[in-house]
Amino acid sequence: MKPPKTDSSDFILSVQNLNAWYHTTQVLQEISFDIQRHKVTALIGPSGCGKSTLIRCFNRMNDFIATFKLAGQILLEGQDLYDPAIDPVEVRLRVGMVFQKQNPFPKSIYENVAYGPRISGIRRRHQLDAIVEESLKRAALWDEVKDKLKANAYTLSGGQQQRLCIARTLAVEPEVLLLDEPCSALDPIATAKIEELILKLKDDYTVVIVTHNMQQAARVSDFTAFFYLGELVEFWATDKIFTVPKDPQTEAYITGKFG
Amino acid sequence: MNSTRQIKMRLIRQKWGDQVFQTIAVIGVLIALTTLAALLIDALSDGLPRIDWKFLTSFPSRKPAKAGIFSALVGSLYLITLTALIAVPVGVAAAIYLEEYTSQNSRINRIIEVNIANLAGVPSIIYGLLGLEVFVRAMRLERSLLAGALTLALLILPIIIISAREAIRTVPNSIREAAYALGATRWQTIQDHVLPMAFPGILTGIILSVSRAIGETAPLIAIGALTYVAFLPDGLRSPFTALPIQIYNWVSRPQKGFHTNAAAGIVILLALTLLLNALAIFLRNHYQKKHS
Repeated sequence: MKPPKTDSSDFILSVQNLNAWYHTTQVLQEISFDIQRHKVTALIGPSGCGKSTLIRCFNRMNDFIATFKLAGQILLEGQDLYDPAIDPVEVRLRVGMVFQKQNPFPKSIYENVAYGPRISGIRRRHQLDAIVEESLKRAALWDEVKDKLKANAYTLSGGQQQRLCIARTLAVEPEVLLLDEPCSALDPIATAKIEELILKLKDDYTVVIVTHNMQQAARVSDFTAFFYLGELVEFWATDKIFTVPKDPQTEAYITGKFG
Repeated sequence: MNSTRQIKMRLIRQKWGDQVFQTIAVIGVLIALTTLAALLIDALSDGLPRIDWKFLTSFPSRKPAKAGIFSALVGSLYLITLTALIAVPVGVAAAIYLEEYTSQNSRINRIIEVNIANLAGVPSIIYGLLGLEVFVRAMRLERSLLAGALTLALLILPIIIISAREAIRTVPNSIREAAYALGATRWQTIQDHVLPMAFPGILTGIILSVSRAIGETAPLIAIGALTYVAFLPDGLRSPFTALPIQIYNWVSRPQKGFHTNAAAGIVILLALTLLLNALAIFLRNHYQKKHS
């Protein structure tokens, strides 16, 4: 699989010969591709194709699964994320993640966003205030919550909670933002807001999104990787993959023949 | 096709089964409630008239009318506080370790889990014998407050561990993931999110196990707690007595007056237990509201 031809060679993440197993079941096979800076890369494919496992490799969230094993490399700015000398906490500070189901802490809106900066040692109130405001603005939530920052995060709607989770992740200032099916629990209006937000976020961040929704991949992403049964079938510019796919399996999937 | 008549017959049969089960359930509840009421009424009618300020603040005496419960009440409070101070940190730490640091399905973890569950079912007299051998004799603590508290701490440790583990387990994994994804370490995740969310459940378990320990008699008899103590404990190594011991002693006396004293002691012990349970419910509701 060749990387897509682009004008810029500015890749932030590089996956090289990645293999992964749960117990003895191989879930990812010889995956190699590069992710471009300040672009949105979508990972698509039917359930069980390994896309969620892959995105969780990017910030080492699979470390908590005892039976998970991995071979190969994932380079972030040329540095192997699975190098034994690297602290997974550092990886997660540089690669933020938003989950499928919105999972705010049962604390105030303010505390949700301030938590990341707080544990990395920022204590001054005015500094935290500024980070909270800036992060909520970037997540397009500020106008809706600026008068009730002390309210419990659970009082927000599902879509607002998911944008709060995005704001909370942005507050840590990651370089890469991972979104694991961020809209799967949301209604179409809330989904549209998140998609709009994703397009804005790529000015400052590199975004990787797992999605089940092919229209969503087509709408928000610059590149699309199609996975099937643990293998990377096709990786190409989104406008190409959705109009002139090279692989018959990709074509069958995006035209809805299976999934 | 079922005719309307057939359906009606079937419904009557189904409803009958419903009725039978409901009756059995109501009878079960009534038996439990009647027993409790009978116990309460019996203890209250015998004991309540005996309770006054003097009874609460007098030391034991050879004359039933002069005897009081002061040293036993204070002894019980000291004992229970000390027991909680020993058992809670150890129990909660063990629960955190088992839930958050070991892998859930490992063989060792399963073996430990089964054994803790078994320990929770071991008769309390066995803990008393263990306490006698280890704390009183081997560690030379004598029949002291500390030996009693250590013994009771062993007794409630499994219950604290089990209830704390269950409370920790109710914290959804998505919250841990959220914290880790923001760069929190394991301990930060536990300290900032898991423990605060599990706190009401852990607290309930602690208070319920403490209120069980306060009524325990057998282990204290086994380690040789005194039955006639005319002074208050003045340190960890001091001899002591406790409410259940005092009650046990009074019940075994031939004089009628001591039996009344025993009933009064039971009322005090019951009140103390109910107070602790009420506190558990109050605190749980209080913190649940705060965290949801």
